[in-house]
Amino acid sequence: MSLLSVTDLSVSINGTPLLEKVSFALQPGEIFGLVGESGSGKSLTALALMGLLPEGAVTTGHAELEGLDLLNQTERAMCGLRGNRIGMIFQEPMTALNPLMTIGDQVAETLMVHRALPRAEALAIAREKLDRVGLPEPRFGLGLFPHELSGGQRQRVAIALAIALKPALLIADEPTTALDVMTQAQILALLRGLVEDEGMGLLLITHDLAVVAGLANTTSVMQTGRIVEQGPTEALFRARKHPYTAALFAASAHQPTRIDIGLSVPLLEVDRALRAYTLARPSAFAPRPVLHAVDGVSFTLHQRESLGLVGSSGCGKSTLTRAILGLDSLQGGEIRLSGTRVGPKLPNALRAGMQVVFQDPYGSFNPRWRVDRLVAEPFHLLPKAPADWRERVAEALVEVGLHPDDRRKYIHEFSGGQRQRIAIARALITRPDLIVLDEAVSALDVRIRAQVLDLLASLRRSHGLAYLFISHDLSVVRAITDRVLVMEAGRIVEEGPTEALFAAPQHEVTRRLVAATPQIPAAWMEPQT
Amino acid sequence: MRPGLAIGIVLAGVALAAALTSLVWTPYDVTELVISQKLQAPSALHWLGTDHFGRDIAAMLMVGARTSLAVALVAVGIGMGIGVPLGLLAASKPGWADELTMRGNDLIFAFPSLVIAILITAVFGPSAVNAIIAIGIFNIPVFARVTRGGALSLWTLDYIRSAQVAGKGRARISLEHVLPNIANLLIVQGTIQFSLGILAEAGLSYVGLGAQPPLPSWGRMLAEAQTMVTLAPHVAIFPGLAIVATVLGLNLLGDGLRDALDPRLRHAR
Repeated sequence: MSLLSVTDLSVSINGTPLLEKVSFALQPGEIFGLVGESGSGKSLTALALMGLLPEGAVTTGHAELEGLDLLNQTERAMCGLRGNRIGMIFQEPMTALNPLMTIGDQVAETLMVHRALPRAEALAIAREKLDRVGLPEPRFGLGLFPHELSGGQRQRVAIALAIALKPALLIADEPTTALDVMTQAQILALLRGLVEDEGMGLLLITHDLAVVAGLANTTSVMQTGRIVEQGPTEALFRARKHPYTAALFAASAHQPTRIDIGLSVPLLEVDRALRAYTLARPSAFAPRPVLHAVDGVSFTLHQRESLGLVGSSGCGKSTLTRAILGLDSLQGGEIRLSGTRVGPKLPNALRAGMQVVFQDPYGSFNPRWRVDRLVAEPFHLLPKAPADWRERVAEALVEVGLHPDDRRKYIHEFSGGQRQRIAIARALITRPDLIVLDEAVSALDVRIRAQVLDLLASLRRSHGLAYLFISHDLSVVRAITDRVLVMEAGRIVEEGPTEALFAAPQHEVTRRLVAATPQIPAAWMEPQT
Repeated sequence: MRPGLAIGIVLAGVALAAALTSLVWTPYDVTELVISQKLQAPSALHWLGTDHFGRDIAAMLMVGARTSLAVALVAVGIGMGIGVPLGLLAASKPGWADELTMRGNDLIFAFPSLVIAILITAVFGPSAVNAIIAIGIFNIPVFARVTRGGALSLWTLDYIRSAQVAGKGRARISLEHVLPNIANLLIVQGTIQFSLGILAEAGLSYVGLGAQPPLPSWGRMLAEAQTMVTLAPHVAIFPGLAIVATVLGLNLLGDGLRDALDPRLRHAR
């Protein structure tokens, strides 16, 4: 008997159909991958199974967990199932835990609620579960608070919470999307180990085909509320029968046309940059420890060059980015843009030569401004805003593939991909030489990401732009840069032409990064015969 | 328009209209005492009845609305006018400016408002103007804190960094990006403080530190009616209702305005 069997599950909210006849089955000890883009109904499927749909949702069809009908239970009965028979892991480890409770108490709480265990016994099991997810004593005591842990460690606590009661089914909704590649690899290995050891079924929801390729036994591809293709992962990946599956694959392997820049003059020079932070004293009389976030970094970015800067979180990328943008000052060394020293007092005329696109398409815009005002903001850098600024905004919108009339809209009227295009339009408006792309495509779906990468490549050709592309995602960096710097603990540990560096990484850190990046096996990707 | 906002506009509008009308017309003169007409129940002659001095309650409520609204409005104005810039400054310059303003606020918070009000009236004598100043001073740290809290979370967002990359200074970013995005918070806090101001004025008048007789005030009407509640309940009920309706109306108005001013909520509903 299947652990979970879903037949013709349909969900509509306020009359709008969002899921249509979704059917699949999951065996104990199996990993089932549910892939698709945002809005395809992946998370909604999970919520329907957990009975957590919002008000106004109408569900039809059948869903059975170990023979028990999931769709017709009372709220009280579902509360008994959630956490007990079904465990769930969410995307955002930073908000999944209660910041005011110790990790031991949080894991023990589920045990005390569902099993009515005494506190001491619950804490003992909590200890055991935290050991299992790779948070052993004495480094990770039960008395730690979430803020004392990194994102990956918090996700481990969230997993310990989800498996505390040995659920039969574990639902993981984008469990590694918010983590960097190294941590992602560790968490995925942990999930695989749990499924093997405990025999639970794992429903893995993700937008990342490579993650599914390395993990799932069976894969379903979802598009606009339907499962368009389903089958054993390898067979499905090799065949790619449905056009949508084929399109997703093409997009994830997409490679914008390369540009040969030849020899060029230096544009941005970073010379032995140094930035350290003094941390809080560990105890009352101990000396303050110093964190060298950027520790003697030197590199040169040439005109029209696309340079990648990769490294796991906490390696100093963000600190370096802030210094390059002139938002923070350095404590040693210097950064020069076209020969002028960069710092908080950088003259506006020069600042106009360097713009930025940030990661989060939702946090990058003032929600109260219309698009024209948003895109025109960098005109502040010019002594006087050009008289034809409205035309220039319309032009920039057209350049990034939007309509000139979009300038009268507010930012919430756009999708994530469109917002990122608007961010690029804003960066283009002062005709800069350099655009700093800070994880600029990390939050986008694969097909949208491929389009934005193409756009960036074509803008580089037409405008002679140089890019500094900062990311933890090696596949994207590989697709769009000419040269790569690998950063670790505040230092550049390896540097070289992109293809050569990824093909034969020299430094230990680079090798680990490359190894940790999930990949679809090359054999699976061969063209269909 | 949603019903909450409509009800808020009507309730607050009635109070405002009563206050404005009282400037040119009241059914009776509120300073005129007609002892023979005292404690009359509502009738065609006196719509809401009369108090223990025979004054018309409807007329007193109208003039009282003027006092209450003026005191609360100016007090909120003082609080916002000084508190909001202080909060913006504190959030934009972590370090000494932040410490200085916020510790100054703590100092004000450390004194009970009534003590300060008594201090002010002891020095300047009791009057509506001094009530305004006392209530206004207490609004400053409230607005400074709300502003700083809201602004601090905005300062970490990418559009603020984008504005910095666009060469804008802290003051300009505070005005262009931060202030409009915490307007929600300020409007809601403003209406809360406004209603608290009405209540505070009533409280100060009750202990004799607010508006002085013969100027009517809702708070003092309530205080004076206290001993006569069993004898003539309407004398206490009408000023009480006026306070409740105005405070409720202002809160609904604040809520509705917040939604109406936010482009995201405006389109979502």
